[in-house]
Formats: sequence, C-alpha cells, structure tokens
Amino acid sequence: MSDGPVSVTLKGSDISAPKSFAHRVSSRLYASAKLRLRLLVSAPLLWLALVYVAALLALFVTAFWTMDSFTGEIRPDWNLDNFIQLFTNSLYQTVTLRTLGIALMVTVVDILIALPIAFFMAKVASPRMRGILVISILMPLWASYLVKAYAWRSVLSNEGILQWLLRPLGLDTPGYSLVGAALTLGYIWLPYVILPIYTGLEKVPQNILEASSDLGAKTWSTLRLIVFPMLLPAIAAGSIFAFSLTMGDYITINIVGGATQMLGNLVYTNVGIANNLPMAAAIAMIPIAIMFIYLSVIRKTGALDNL
Amino acid sequence: MRLSKPAKAILAILSALTLVYIYTPIGVVLINSFNASKNMSWPPSEFTLHWWQVATQSAGMLSALATSILVATASAAIALVLGTLLALAMSRYKFFGKQPVSLMVILPIALPGIVTGIALNNAFRTILGVQLTIATLIVAHATFCIVTVYNNALARLNRMNKTMEEASADLGAGVWTTFRLVTLPQMASALVAGALLAFALSFDEIIVTTFTASGGVETLPIWILNNMFRPGKAPVVDVVAVVVVLISVLPIYFAQRLTVAEKTR
Repeated sequence: MSDGPVSVTLKGSDISAPKSFAHRVSSRLYASAKLRLRLLVSAPLLWLALVYVAALLALFVTAFWTMDSFTGEIRPDWNLDNFIQLFTNSLYQTVTLRTLGIALMVTVVDILIALPIAFFMAKVASPRMRGILVISILMPLWASYLVKAYAWRSVLSNEGILQWLLRPLGLDTPGYSLVGAALTLGYIWLPYVILPIYTGLEKVPQNILEASSDLGAKTWSTLRLIVFPMLLPAIAAGSIFAFSLTMGDYITINIVGGATQMLGNLVYTNVGIANNLPMAAAIAMIPIAIMFIYLSVIRKTGALDNL
Repeated sequence: MRLSKPAKAILAILSALTLVYIYTPIGVVLINSFNASKNMSWPPSEFTLHWWQVATQSAGMLSALATSILVATASAAIALVLGTLLALAMSRYKFFGKQPVSLMVILPIALPGIVTGIALNNAFRTILGVQLTIATLIVAHATFCIVTVYNNALARLNRMNKTMEEASADLGAGVWTTFRLVTLPQMASALVAGALLAFALSFDEIIVTTFTASGGVETLPIWILNNMFRPGKAPVVDVVAVVVVLISVLPIYFAQRLTVAEKTR
C-alpha cells in the first residue's frame, strides 16, 4: 500500500533509503509523460497497424498480383490485368451499378423512415417514453445481422407473413429478389440511421424552435430553415452506416436475393471457390473507392464528428 | 415551433408503425420456433416445443455455441486491454498523429465487413502463409472489437474529474497506484459495458468470420448459415436464431444499464 497519508509519512522518513524497483519505475514514469504515453499506445497501435492497416495495404498490393491459372498459385507478378478486367468486363460494371443503386435506395428509404420516429423521440415524447423508445431501437440494433436476414427469409417466403398480409389486397410477396433484398437491407440498417438522427435532433435547442415560432415562422418553415440545416450532419452520419454496410453486403443477398449478385458476392466467390485472391482484392477496391469518395463528400457536412 | 395536436398524433402513429416494422420479423422467428409446421408457413396452426428439444440435442449446435462463446470471450478480453490503453493515451495526452489514430480505431467497423474480411484473409493466407484457425478468427474479431471498449472508456475518461488523479499524485501515490485506486474504479463500469458490447459484437458476427475461420471452425452464426438452406431444418434454425439474439442482446442490455446508471448518478 502506498496510497493515502500513510505512504506520505513513510516516504518522508526513509527518503535516503534505497528505493525499490517498483518505486524507481514509478518515479521514472511520473517524471516522463512521454514514456507513459509510449507504454500506453505501443500495444494498441502495433496491433491496429500490424493486423489491420498492414492487411489493408497488403490487400491493395495483392490486387496487382496474378493467380497462375494452372497451378492455382498466387504469384507476385506485377500487372494491371485484374483492373483491366474490372473496367472492360461488363459483368463488373453491371454489378457495381446495381450495388450502388441498392445502397443509395436503402440509404434514402432508411432516412425517410428514421426522420419521423427520431423527431418524435427527441421533441414530442416524455422523458420516460424517450428512454423506452431509445432502448427499443437499440435492442434490435444488436440482434444478430444474420438472424435479421434469416427472419426476412421467413417473412418473404411464399407461405410467410407478408404473403398472408398482402393476399387480401390482391398482392404477392416480392419473394427472394432484388426488391426482397433491398427491403431486408433497409430493415437491418434502420436503427443505425435512427440513432444518429435522434442524437442530432436532441442537440437542436428548444428555445431556437420557440424563437422561430415567436418570430412568426410556420412549423414547416422552421423545420426546413432551422431544423434541417442543423440536422444535416447527423443525417449524413446515419447514412454512412446504411450506405457502407450495404456496399459490402453479400450474406443478405445470398439469403433473400435469389440469384441477384452484388459486389460482395463477386469478392466472396473469388476468395472461396475460385481461390483467386488477387482478383478478389481488385474487386474489393471498388467498394473501398466508393466509400472514400462518399466519406470525402460527407466530410464537408461535419458528419464525421457526429459518429 | 409548436406542433399541433394532429401533427403530434401523426408522429406518434408513424413511430408506432416503425416499431411494429422493427419488431415483426424478429417476432416471426420467435413464434416460428414454436410453429409445428416444418416450412415456416404463416399463420401457425399448431404450437410445439418439439424444435427446442431437437435443438438442445443437436451436437453440432452445442459445439458451435461453445466455439462462439470461446471466440467472443477471447476477443473481448484482448479488446478490453488494447481499448483501455488507447483510451487512456487519447484522453490524457496530446501527441502527434492523434487524429489518424482515432480514425484507425473505427476503420475496422466503418469499412464494409467484406473489406475487413478479405484484407485479413489475404494477410493471413497469401502474405503470412498461415493456415486459418480459431486463432486467426480471434485476432480478426479482437481487431474490430477494440472500438467498442475504446469508445466507452474514452467517453468516461473525458467526463471524469482529472483533479482526483492529480490529488492522488500530489499525495505521493505512484503512477500505478493512482491508476489502480483512483482512475480504474471510476472507469470500471464503462469498461465492463465496453467488454460486454465487444462480446456481443463478436458473438453474432458473420461476414468477417466467413473469411477468417477455417472450414473446421463453426461458430453459431456459421452453423445457422450452413443449416438455413437445408430442407426441413428451418424450425431448428429458428430456435438457434432466438438463442443467438438472446445471448447477444442480454449483454447489451446490461451494458446499457451500466452506462445509464452512471450518467444519472
């Protein structure tokens, strides 16, 4: 024990006694903030840099290598063949456009669904109700992504609940298709969109809204001129998740998308079945590039500080 | 801005519908796990506990459950250590490269899972020439779990009163003693919450898992994926799906309670 007043008196009395090893380490650490910092950051930084950043760089490098089609061996022969494939083979263009389209659609629909409930939570509900709603939105966020995709497999099936609900209206379930996949993806990422928008709305001070109405603005004008501009970074923050997560999806599309393919499927088949890692790496560059463009556009709204 | 009564009512109705939308599919899985029909037909005509019984006797399922718990515990433990160290550094020190570091922590979950998955798969197999095992899976999971511990720890550290740490040092406590007796007790509940979130995140992860686990390593989500398309397996998969949701939601619930309790204190 070296805490509290006891240790202070002890130290005062044997100030000339030889210090223990632990004591010397402690004073050395106390004296040097730099040393303390180095000890703290070295392990986590080494892990992140060695495991993750190095892996990302290696992925980039591998995209320029080749797989020997006879032996199946991966050789570090530098060339652009994989990228030439990406740009000339129409399969990749079609799938990229499809993936981008689904991602944008899912993002927009999620924002539209998220706005009313986020607004209700932040500005209408009582504090008690708000707490309950936040938990209700949070809980499914953490329920397995796979389980949610699987749940939609039941919902969309020919004998499922959607067919049962739609039949009286003379409609059919979209089944396992592009539409089915978009519905499922929108469903899965919805809580990720609601929460940042809700947090953003909570930060909009009540007195600004009251001032706006005192100055004669109608509700709609207040929403458009005051709330929306203040909320834009939060909406953008929410969109990052829906967009990015859809761009990289391949499980949901396998489960409820029928034969529809997204970029993720192409990556996965090249890793698993074809064992052509260089090609898979090259394809994976497409969502990464799109995400970087998306993030750099969104950065301007200040969304990244809202995560 | 003052909302009219009808406007408030419309918002309330839309919110209620959104909640129905959010909970129906999960509810369907729960109900289907008791549905006597083998092919997920709705509405259920008869209820049974048969599938729950079948599931508890499935050796494959039980071993997958054990694997998932092992992987999630190990990843959460690694993430707990690394995330705490990093949060302490970021909250208490100024240094060159702070911004890139904060980006580096969130990158593994901000980038699509498939990118993380294939990058690690490629690093292990092509670059390092390592066989995929349960260890590669744990390394992969720990990497994207760091951020949950880090975020929780950092938020707490930023709210904590730094004068207590200074007082402790002034009274002669060493660096380690101050951490153990002053800093750690104040951040303990945030660390537990972060570790629980990390456990849950790892427990039901599927995308990175499919890229970094060998064929012989079957986690519970992989078990679901492997059995989902098999004819007649749907009801048992429903049961396992419910179990997965419970095991991942319960830690989250407790983590949430811990953080809320701290904030309102």
